Amino acid sequence: MAELTYRDAVARGIAQEMTRDPDVVFLGEDVAKAGGVFKATVGLYEQFGPLRVRDTPISEQAILGAAMGAAMTGLKPIAEIMFSDFIAVCFDYIANEFPKSRYMSNGQTKCPLVVRTGNGAGSRFGAQHSQSVENWCMMIPGLKVVAPSSPVDVIGLLAAAVRDPDPVIFFEHKSLYATKGEVPDGEIVDRLGTAKILRPGKDATIIALALMVPRALEAADILHREHGIDAEVVDVRSLVPLDTQTILNSVGRTHRLFTVEENPRLCGWGAEIVSIVADEAFYDLDGPPVRITTPHIPLPANDFLEDMVLPTVNRIVETVKRSLGS
Amino acid sequence: MDVLMPQLGETVTEGKISKWFKSAGDVIKPGDNLFEIETDKVSMEVPAISAGVLTEIRVAIGEIALVGAVVAVIADAGGATANAPAAAPATVPAAPAPAKSAPAPVAAAPAAATFQPTRPTTSMDPYREVRTPERNFGPARQGGVSVTPLARRLAGENSIDLSRIKGSGPHGRIVASDVESAIGQSRGGAMASGPSLSEVRSIYSGTDYTEIPLDGMRKTIATRLTQSKQTVPHFYLTADVAIDQLLTVRKEANAAAPVKDGVPAYRISVNDFIIKALALALQRVPAANAVWAEDRILRFRHSDIGVAVALEDGLLTPVIRHADTKSLGALSTEMRDLASRARDKKLKPAEYQGGVSAVSNLGMYGVREFAAIINPPQSTILAVGEARRAPVEAPDGTVKFQSQMSLTLSCDHRVVDGAVGAEVLKAIKGYLENPVTMLV
Repeated sequence: MAELTYRDAVARGIAQEMTRDPDVVFLGEDVAKAGGVFKATVGLYEQFGPLRVRDTPISEQAILGAAMGAAMTGLKPIAEIMFSDFIAVCFDYIANEFPKSRYMSNGQTKCPLVVRTGNGAGSRFGAQHSQSVENWCMMIPGLKVVAPSSPVDVIGLLAAAVRDPDPVIFFEHKSLYATKGEVPDGEIVDRLGTAKILRPGKDATIIALALMVPRALEAADILHREHGIDAEVVDVRSLVPLDTQTILNSVGRTHRLFTVEENPRLCGWGAEIVSIVADEAFYDLDGPPVRITTPHIPLPANDFLEDMVLPTVNRIVETVKRSLGS
Repeated sequence: MDVLMPQLGETVTEGKISKWFKSAGDVIKPGDNLFEIETDKVSMEVPAISAGVLTEIRVAIGEIALVGAVVAVIADAGGATANAPAAAPATVPAAPAPAKSAPAPVAAAPAAATFQPTRPTTSMDPYREVRTPERNFGPARQGGVSVTPLARRLAGENSIDLSRIKGSGPHGRIVASDVESAIGQSRGGAMASGPSLSEVRSIYSGTDYTEIPLDGMRKTIATRLTQSKQTVPHFYLTADVAIDQLLTVRKEANAAAPVKDGVPAYRISVNDFIIKALALALQRVPAANAVWAEDRILRFRHSDIGVAVALEDGLLTPVIRHADTKSLGALSTEMRDLASRARDKKLKPAEYQGGVSAVSNLGMYGVREFAAIINPPQSTILAVGEARRAPVEAPDGTVKFQSQMSLTLSCDHRVVDGAVGAEVLKAIKGYLENPVTMLV
């Protein structure tokens, strides 16, 4: 058991899988000798050498094209897209190529790769380097989409993603890289498609992802301490597959649903969860489902403005409190 | 090929094998029943979908297997099994069945001493169809007030009248806790305005008594009859019925019953005649062959008649379906069966639900007449007193004695007006005084 940062957990997770399986390779911009612009992959080049840990040219299409070719011919590549906003420039691979190859070739080719990418706001990077784009990938049939919130989940879910036979988009949150958590020794392997109840409660279900998870937990503490509201906090962790069972069971106990999303409001993942709950658990609801999101705007670079538009602990507390009518 | 434990329902995660129809070595055709499964909800036979020889049974009778587990193996005609034997047993320890909606286990906090990967709680199928509930529980706005979905469901399941509840939610919305407290009132004390437990106890302090907890039947009786007396506008009609002819017909009919193995084929009771007469009377007065349903009246084609059966610790009212169409012999046999199963508590809910009217007979206790409480949603109930010898004036001015009984019909005035109720009672009287008219 050791305390590890989210950042160091990324390197440990990649190393765990590269040590286990010689077919696992790693490529991206400045990921090798420089250890990554977020320093999340320090030491991998030294440990595994230039054949398996590669710096690439500044071309996201080249990175993902190479990764796809490697995956189709037997390797299990992990590719890094430095900022998740850049998924837009290589979206053809993500939307049209990775997720369709198995289907269109009737299983003759597979695409077992992982795209790791730095997602989310809070670091004053401006509108083109701060977006939460997990919902862009969630809508594409054939992709799996994961976004861990803690160091131990980074390692366990990354291992599960590498071992999965299909393409997985792995969203790391830039503002979580410096956060710490206890991580057990030894190999860690988790399951995709499983949500975690991080704090049990009986009055409301708060569903959160990535950076919104610690905020939801803090909000739940305040709600309990200051307002007597006992909220259950669920970390979805995996958008595809989605652990609807845990979500529906939780709403079945608490009868109120709140989602906390960093993605802009329109077509955010919370809308999908609200839709499923409205369909399947309508008669468990004792009030309208409420989505707490970033507004539908480009993200400001100004620190004060950026802090204002993201869902904050205070906004979660106020929204839940008002909605429960106490 | 592997035979898997099938998914039997949305929330069912495991099944218990209660029977094997085939043994290892048997030749199997598609469609042959292989085994029977039992869950907390259903039991079901599972047929084979392929041909071959049953080479291996992995889950024995009485064992529980997870949905999707291999329970048996069928080899193809050549005898080779397509799949290797399972490394791990497919069964889980036979423990008490888990609660139907057991909460998902709370995952270990990240700081837990030993790492436990989160157990999958879903089939992880992202393409799964969304299941929309099939039932509706009434409109979201009722009488100008909003009602939350959960509150509507609770009210529907517990027969709570939402118009009598004041909402405590935002904008006066009726929320689940409002309905729950209404249920608590009707269940707990059975009477919303009745004295509380502590008040009753203090009244009888110093008195010697035993406290008896309420069972489900007592709670239901208390809830439903309180609701009936408080919300259904009752009125009562009583008539005396001459039954000399009825007693004669009954005697003759029973004497004529064919005897098989020393047992007569039927033994019709006076009550059976009354059930039949009530059903036929409702057929003659269709306006009364109906029940109240919130904003309309449901008028039935046939007449289903409930019959109150006293139990040691309460009562049940099994329903004779289509009593208007059944012969007295058939009706009598059915009544005997329902009553005996009611006393053994073996009735299915469907056998005591519904009905348009009911018969409650306290004659055997020497009760002369009484007024029964309507069992909602039925619209009438007929209370039957004891048979007695009574002096009456004969046409020639002399006094003679005849056999009589008093019948009291309780009516729901929302459905059955006074004159309509009187028509029904008159028809019943007609049938019972001239029983031969029931046969034609």
